[in-house]
Amino acid sequence: MREVYITKEKFPDVVGKLMNQHRVFGPVFQGQYHEFAELKASDEIDLTYQNTRLSPKGLFHPHSERMFQFSLAKGDPEAGIVKEAPKDYSSRLILGMRPCDAMAFRLDDVNFDTTTIKDPWWTRRRATTAIVGLGCNQPCRSCFCTSVGTGPFDPSGLDALLTDVGDGFILQAITEKGQELLDGISDGGPVPAAATEKATQLRKSAEAQFVTQFDPKALAEKDMLELFNASFWDEVQFSCINCGTCTFLCPTCWCFDIQDEVCEDQGDRIRIWDSCMFPLFTVHGSGHNPRSQKLQRVRQRFMHKLKYYQDKYHDGVACVGCGRCVKYCPVNIDIREVARLMTATCVCPA
Amino acid sequence: MRAYTERIQEAARRLLTDNLVDVVIGFRKGTVPFMNEPFLAKNLDHVRQLYWDGNCGINLANYLAKRTDRVAIVAKGCDSRNIIVHLLEYQIKREQLYILGAPCHGMIDRRRMLASLDGKDPTHAEEKDGAITVAGQDFQVTLDRQEYLQENCSICIHRNPVIFDELLAEPVPEQQDVDRYPDVRQVEAMSPEQRWEYFENLISTCIRCYACRNACPLCFCPTCFVDESRPQWVGKSIDPTDTRTFHFLRAYHVAGRCTDCGACERACPVGIKMRQFTKKMEKDIKELYGYEAGVLPDQRPPLDTYRPDDQAPFIK
Amino acid sequence: MNNPYLPYPVRIESIVTETEDRNLRTIKLLFLNPEDEEKFKYIPGQFAELSVAGLGEIPIGIASSPTEKGFLKFTVNKVGKVSSHIHNMQPGDIMGVRGPLGNWYPWDLLEGKNIVIIGGGFAFTTLRSSIVYMLDPRNRSRFGEISVVYGARFPGLLLFKEELAAWEQRDDIKMHITVDSTDDPNWKYNVGFVPAVTKQKAPDSENSYAIICGPPIMIKFTLPVLTELGFPPERIISSLEMRMKCGIGICGRCNLGTEYVCKDGPVFTLEQLSRLPNEY
Repeated sequence: MREVYITKEKFPDVVGKLMNQHRVFGPVFQGQYHEFAELKASDEIDLTYQNTRLSPKGLFHPHSERMFQFSLAKGDPEAGIVKEAPKDYSSRLILGMRPCDAMAFRLDDVNFDTTTIKDPWWTRRRATTAIVGLGCNQPCRSCFCTSVGTGPFDPSGLDALLTDVGDGFILQAITEKGQELLDGISDGGPVPAAATEKATQLRKSAEAQFVTQFDPKALAEKDMLELFNASFWDEVQFSCINCGTCTFLCPTCWCFDIQDEVCEDQGDRIRIWDSCMFPLFTVHGSGHNPRSQKLQRVRQRFMHKLKYYQDKYHDGVACVGCGRCVKYCPVNIDIREVARLMTATCVCPA
Repeated sequence: MRAYTERIQEAARRLLTDNLVDVVIGFRKGTVPFMNEPFLAKNLDHVRQLYWDGNCGINLANYLAKRTDRVAIVAKGCDSRNIIVHLLEYQIKREQLYILGAPCHGMIDRRRMLASLDGKDPTHAEEKDGAITVAGQDFQVTLDRQEYLQENCSICIHRNPVIFDELLAEPVPEQQDVDRYPDVRQVEAMSPEQRWEYFENLISTCIRCYACRNACPLCFCPTCFVDESRPQWVGKSIDPTDTRTFHFLRAYHVAGRCTDCGACERACPVGIKMRQFTKKMEKDIKELYGYEAGVLPDQRPPLDTYRPDDQAPFIK
Repeated sequence: MNNPYLPYPVRIESIVTETEDRNLRTIKLLFLNPEDEEKFKYIPGQFAELSVAGLGEIPIGIASSPTEKGFLKFTVNKVGKVSSHIHNMQPGDIMGVRGPLGNWYPWDLLEGKNIVIIGGGFAFTTLRSSIVYMLDPRNRSRFGEISVVYGARFPGLLLFKEELAAWEQRDDIKMHITVDSTDDPNWKYNVGFVPAVTKQKAPDSENSYAIICGPPIMIKFTLPVLTELGFPPERIISSLEMRMKCGIGICGRCNLGTEYVCKDGPVFTLEQLSRLPNEY
């Protein structure tokens, strides 16, 4: 696949031209932190960012999304019939996503895009969006991507990869979609040998900064029920306040609720992020709640990510090591510690 | 700070050994800089993990509601005030509690601290004599601790526990002549339109994760009004109406009960300053009723007292 | 590809109150677009999401049998917002149905086998579907002996009373209807709890499968009886209830270990359940 070199001077022009062809999204500083937003001007994008506070999952699976609409108007022959809501599926380009976050979409694909059932909104958005990643020259301390099978320059979830080599970016195509994108860029030049060398160095030094935190494979080998019944959950769960910070910030937490909302005689069926941390998540109409205890909910989150997902899809854990939950958990529950506890439990018979 | 840690461990060991309590609620050292984790010590082995420094901002009273065992708890000024609120609201009994009072120097605002490092990642931080030395790969800076306190701590007037069974250190001098409400007055001075816009902006990034509510010791309702489904008072989306309803109603619900411990702002993953709501409530309650939440163990919050002979006309 | 979240519009044909306490009503639904019926090909044991625009959806087992053409039947227990609303709807009203969802009783495995169906309370709906399905002339010969133990707290709480009476008259199905207690002097069936009646009346476990649906307490006490009768866990089949939203294994709510109850279930053998966390 082709690669081009774009100087930092020319970069805004490149972005500007791309904005003529696609809806372009990128990390934008919004007051206190960065978030992915549709660029209104080519210089809004800030590729000096470390990562966005919220994961970019909202670009494919928004916090609140109208699924359907309906009328409840008296006399309307169509009243009560739930119908598709119009959506904008015009071509999108996401610029500067971290490789871990892009990898998360691949992990989520197994949920939203199966051989038998396809989530129409997720799959349409995935198909009409190209993702250009930005390699992580300086991973943060709470990241652990290399422990969960990805890395600071992992191209797996990307269509193209940007590497910041100082004076410019190397843009490499990864997929056909990425190649097409590159073909349309006229402001790039051949990659200077020094830049290639710098990129290799950056990559090596970034990767060298990681310490292996835990071994997902060791978790795969554990007995599910033994982990489920392990005694350490009691200690893990104590500090949890059952808020949705970890799940809402997480790029691989996809759980949602479906609700109807009505205003006068028009209504929407919407889906909204939900969280296994919330007691209401599992409560039956009868009042029975299979996960009424905080311990059960805390355990569910970690077991789902690190064990159930692995056992179901045999393709690693449902975590990309972005470290958001580590950084923003209000009570410092650290998934790396929990994973270590999970790998350390004894499987040997007493 | 090491002295506090030693005193906490000593007290915990003694209380557990003498079987005066079943558990001790404190902190253990966090896994990331400027964070510690609330921790339940159940045995002598656990006691070794108990820890204290300027990153113990989480309000531990939040872990007390509806406990049935005998609990020792480490309590800063604000935690102790929330313990009083809990006692007044029957969330725990005084005889269940052994309060290890921690005179407080104010807790460190982790977000502000990290922001000041300009993207550099700290690996290590140490507090000494009013300064914090922060170090990471290729850098080390020493910062004035006072400059990096949580905002609520910098205007705190109850740093010493108001209720305790023993103190972990000599009382600290309380801050004098603190103006607690300059920001509230600023909002009060706005026109209704400005104020509306101000609040709209304030909560515009809310993701409805309820970290603020769940971190708050006052939010112990078995089912929060936002979770009720029959009737459903509040929609679950991030429609501004629903987000507004949540924040406004929550603020009113904590009126006269909020101790300005800052747990809500500390927990918020998107940095919303929701104390702008609760502080206005606090100010009003103070001005209208002369009441300060969680200071006197025998004085109920004004909004949960009812007297048939109440002179105020609204009750009739 | 159809949007799997989009309900088919249906019209309520009739509403029948099933029980004395009026908490269970059976609604009969007709598809507004006849081609939707073609798309809604279901197998006994599956469920569907009943949709009321403005209130939401509820997952309910399909009570009709695919051998009954032209309509769907659901027996709805009045519990929450949506189910209460459905109870107050009128014939002619429009609502939605989405499905069929989930797996079904393993009819391939059940072929040639004796089948004992054990049901309690209002969980009899997919069992009704199964019985009608098996008794259909085209299907009856595929199965061995069919026995049914069906219990309710008192006679007024039994569902599908007319059909129960009709099945009682047949010789190709052994009905064992029971109530916990009754003061009706004309009650001609059993009095006793489901586990006890199962113990007395269940067929030999040899070459037999048990399908059991009911309240947790009934299941808890009946399982040991089945084990005692020699049913191995892989021949005891149950259907789980969970809070669900999407019904298609995407929204994550009904996750139980490696399974999504809405998609990988709701039908599991006892053997499968023994390998999953017991959070249901």
